Amino acid sequence: MLQFLARRFGQAVAILLGVTVITFALSFLMPADPVRMIAGRSATPETVESIRRELGLDQPLPAQYLRYVSRLLQGDFGRSYMQKTEVSTLILSRLPATLLLLAGAIFFELLIGMPAGIFAATRRGRASDNWIMAISFAGVSMPQFVIGLLLLYLFAYMIPIFPLGGYGSLMHLVLPALTLGISGGGWYSRMMRSAMIDVLRKDYIRTARAKGMREQRVILVHGLRNAILPIIAMVGLDIGIFMAGAVVVESVYGWPGIGQLAWQAIQVVDIPIIMGVTLVAAIGIVTGNLLADLVMPFLDPRLQLE
Amino acid sequence: MAEAGKAARAETVLTVEDLTVGFVTETGAVRAVESIGFSIDQGKTLGLVGESGCGKSVTAMAVMRLLQMPPAFVASGRILFDGQDLLTLPEHRMRSIRGNRIGMIFQEPMTSLNPCFTVGFQIGEVLRIHRGMNRSEARDRAVELMEGVGIGAAESRVDQYPHQLSGGLRQRVLIAIALACQPRLLIADEPTTALDVTVQAQILNLLARLQEQLDMSVLLITHDLGVVAETCDHVAVMYAGRVVESAPVAELFSRPAHPYTCGLMSAIPQLGRRSEYLPTIPGVVPSLENRSVHQCCFAGRCLQSQMICFKQFPPLKKERNNHDLACWNPCES
Repeated sequence: MLQFLARRFGQAVAILLGVTVITFALSFLMPADPVRMIAGRSATPETVESIRRELGLDQPLPAQYLRYVSRLLQGDFGRSYMQKTEVSTLILSRLPATLLLLAGAIFFELLIGMPAGIFAATRRGRASDNWIMAISFAGVSMPQFVIGLLLLYLFAYMIPIFPLGGYGSLMHLVLPALTLGISGGGWYSRMMRSAMIDVLRKDYIRTARAKGMREQRVILVHGLRNAILPIIAMVGLDIGIFMAGAVVVESVYGWPGIGQLAWQAIQVVDIPIIMGVTLVAAIGIVTGNLLADLVMPFLDPRLQLE
Repeated sequence: MAEAGKAARAETVLTVEDLTVGFVTETGAVRAVESIGFSIDQGKTLGLVGESGCGKSVTAMAVMRLLQMPPAFVASGRILFDGQDLLTLPEHRMRSIRGNRIGMIFQEPMTSLNPCFTVGFQIGEVLRIHRGMNRSEARDRAVELMEGVGIGAAESRVDQYPHQLSGGLRQRVLIAIALACQPRLLIADEPTTALDVTVQAQILNLLARLQEQLDMSVLLITHDLGVVAETCDHVAVMYAGRVVESAPVAELFSRPAHPYTCGLMSAIPQLGRRSEYLPTIPGVVPSLENRSVHQCCFAGRCLQSQMICFKQFPPLKKERNNHDLACWNPCES
């Protein structure tokens, strides 16, 4: 088990190193010269050169990369060109909101997707199955801003239960998280359904039924324990995806998450922020997968590699 | 208890009468089991024999009422278990019989245990459902049951997962599950088919011993006539969804009458009888869609079929020595 963990952790570090290469390359592929961006349009060539030297951008690439990585290791993600603030400060200030939305979104995705998928699997081929799958498909295909605006209209304007937007209380969280939950829940219900249908065909389900237990217990104990593995893997992925922020939903609800930070930075080509957010997203995806890998052996003992 | 006492109360545990089970398919309804009947006395073993696709397993699943309906349906018949028609019981009453008074073991020990739960949990589960035991009582009893089915070091194995056990051990665990509540009837669907030959013998001996201990009836489904000869009291030979011949085991082996039974017998390899080829029965079992009620379904493969075999269906008739036969032109013996 320890060996397995060590190997997975090593892989995670390797992946993150790979991502730093990409983010580093990103800063050179951008069609904008950071020095010019900082110096402004009216700067003399001398000023430009001195800023370039100051930033270390006149050094050879490998040296620049090494400096970039060693700074990252010290938690230094660089300074935003535009906001004149440490990128790490900016990201950290957005992190609580992002994590909160992440948790809320995954909560709703599971709350909607799992029961729907399980129910559909047990009614396979019948009208209720078809309806659930159609609704799931609608949830998946509907743009998030449409779901978001619809929910806002219904539950903040028509029936004013929730605030129109902003950040601060759990009430603020419900609608944005629900929006993501509806749009992602469709994926979960489809995956849950197919995993459950697959499991319900297994011989051990027949054994469970032959024991004389209720069908509910057959499905929720013997079926779910096996069918939940792909769902765990998907939650792992989702953690990463939401770490990068949910740009559309954040915009609709004025949610101060990483997505908005990234979006604003992209508009003004604020490369350090883009690099920082990319790296945070990568860390999110890697940790999400690592978490899923950690949880799964507890659910399926066959995965416990001794 | 004296033998006489046992014989006196040799009541019938299971009687299946005129059972017809079908499936709804895209092209229409087909019948997998057609008007079959048999009965099992207390403490006795009935062998249900036939090749793949002849309806043996469907029969077993129908007795347990484990067929998914739809697509399956029961068109006719009664399944009397201790005088009670299982087909008319409400589902919750049937649940209290499954795993409790009727146990079942399956052909595939490798896949019939849930990989995510310890074997102790899976054995104890039956006791928790039917005997109302709590977790620790059920676990303790599971250990005893595992010892009872010959699993060594049961105290440590009880917390292991199925993938840590061999096929033979897993089948023993499944037997422990089926027998945990000391059922009156055990349905064993090809219990040894997936196992090594040496393990097969062990499992069969174990089943015989436990049957003796619990004075339990057994419905043994198999295609292996060797197993039948060793373990059964009575045999019903099924072909294409029907019982074509049924007799006490000694009678059937000494005087097989249906050409299909004779074919099966001659297809058993025997020591000391060397020949180039093992005799086979030409052809295959007719598919569910191609079964006629106007002719003998074996006629097309039969070596001694006559005109009448293709024109009229042979009914199952009582012959001497408790021997039932459905054939127009039985083989000489």
